[in-house]
Amino acid sequence: MCLGIPGKVIEIYEAHSTKMGKVDFGGIVKEVCLDFVPDVTVGDYTIVHVGFAITQLDEQSAQETLALFEEMGILEEELNVEAGDEQTLPPPIS
Amino acid sequence: MKYLEEFRDPDLAKKLLDDIHAITKGNWALMEVCGGQTHSIIRNGIDQLLPDSIELIHGPGCPVCVTPLEVIDKALAIASRPNVVFCSFGDMLRVPGSGKDLFTIKSEGGDVRIVYSPLDAVKIARENPDREVVFFGIGFETTAPANAMAVVQAKRLGLTNFSMLVSHVLVPPAIEAILSSPSSRVQGFLAAGHVCSVMGYWQYEPLAEKYHVPIVVTGFEPLDLLQGIRQTVIQLEEGRAEVENAYARATNKQGNIPAQKILQEVFEFTDRKWRGIGEIPQSGWGLSEVYRDFDAAHKYDVTDIHTEESTICRSGEVLQGLIKPNECPAFGKECTPRKPLGATMVSSEGACAAYYQYGRFVSLESIG
Repeated sequence: MCLGIPGKVIEIYEAHSTKMGKVDFGGIVKEVCLDFVPDVTVGDYTIVHVGFAITQLDEQSAQETLALFEEMGILEEELNVEAGDEQTLPPPIS
Repeated sequence: MKYLEEFRDPDLAKKLLDDIHAITKGNWALMEVCGGQTHSIIRNGIDQLLPDSIELIHGPGCPVCVTPLEVIDKALAIASRPNVVFCSFGDMLRVPGSGKDLFTIKSEGGDVRIVYSPLDAVKIARENPDREVVFFGIGFETTAPANAMAVVQAKRLGLTNFSMLVSHVLVPPAIEAILSSPSSRVQGFLAAGHVCSVMGYWQYEPLAEKYHVPIVVTGFEPLDLLQGIRQTVIQLEEGRAEVENAYARATNKQGNIPAQKILQEVFEFTDRKWRGIGEIPQSGWGLSEVYRDFDAAHKYDVTDIHTEESTICRSGEVLQGLIKPNECPAFGKECTPRKPLGATMVSSEGACAAYYQYGRFVSLESIG
């Protein structure tokens, strides 16, 4: 029931004193009520639930989250590589 | 689709999983509250990829499943009336009442229609002034603003042939009911992302503090779920119990203010019975006095209701996270999505339906 799909706003208009619009979900375009996202403009992404945009999708935050996941494990990998490299080195001269 | 596929990336999922395996030392039981999250977890096998010491308990966050039997029976009685067009989200049509379901009413000649949006029901009312249009207004906080808008629009248009049978439920009182139960094993919560998109997550802070449980706002895609689990486990390992947001692209602390304004105008808090769980004080919304004319429960006098639940269905225990679906003796035998005994087998978000759809016919414990 709480399914929400991200889509891109491609058109905004008014109907029955309500802010409405067209939202593109990867090629499928649907009419959506935009009354709860008053600041949304054409080109923005929103999350749509039962024909209503419930929030504007924060694109910067989405990129930051993905970047955080990308970086995850990199430090460990580097440390592992270094540890592996050490084994191939000749024993230190004491 | 943008902002969907990126959060299903298998390489990044592997990184998150490796990290969860590396940080997990203790035994932890986490509850994902929302049924949409349950389905994503089972569909992607996330529960089986986690360390054995992390158990995911499936929560009661499926509004279709927890809609009380009395309300379903009331819906069936109203939908059977000759002049009524009964509109509902598709999930509700196969939910068993005491005797029938909405599909049966439709096959018997009742005018039962599936709508995508509550505004579709308002449109039907506008186009059919000689018919009585009733919309089945169920859902959590995510759906409530849409239903509220339908009522506001009906009033604005001066429609007298539109009403709503309202059975809204709320997440924070359900979390509190679970935490205060002596049988609860839940040590951390994944809060439902889209509920928080609407309501924000400030109201979870007193719960995290009072019951000393971490609550992490979590999305629905595999990477979102893994990150929610990871942040909860980090808190548990460190002995912290805070509210954190692992779904920042779609939620913030204060939530959607315009949506909250319409909710305040249209609804008022009420005690609500949850199917399989029982009554939870102040855990629902009903229409406020100003909108009483649009309340189908008020408009239609349906009092002669005698409810009768299946005697073998254990969906109540499933909803409370006390048993897994495949531990119910009727699962996959007397009870299937084609012939469901309980609502958890019907809804696209019910835990039993998820276990059936993705082939979880035996519990992991039973095969060792």
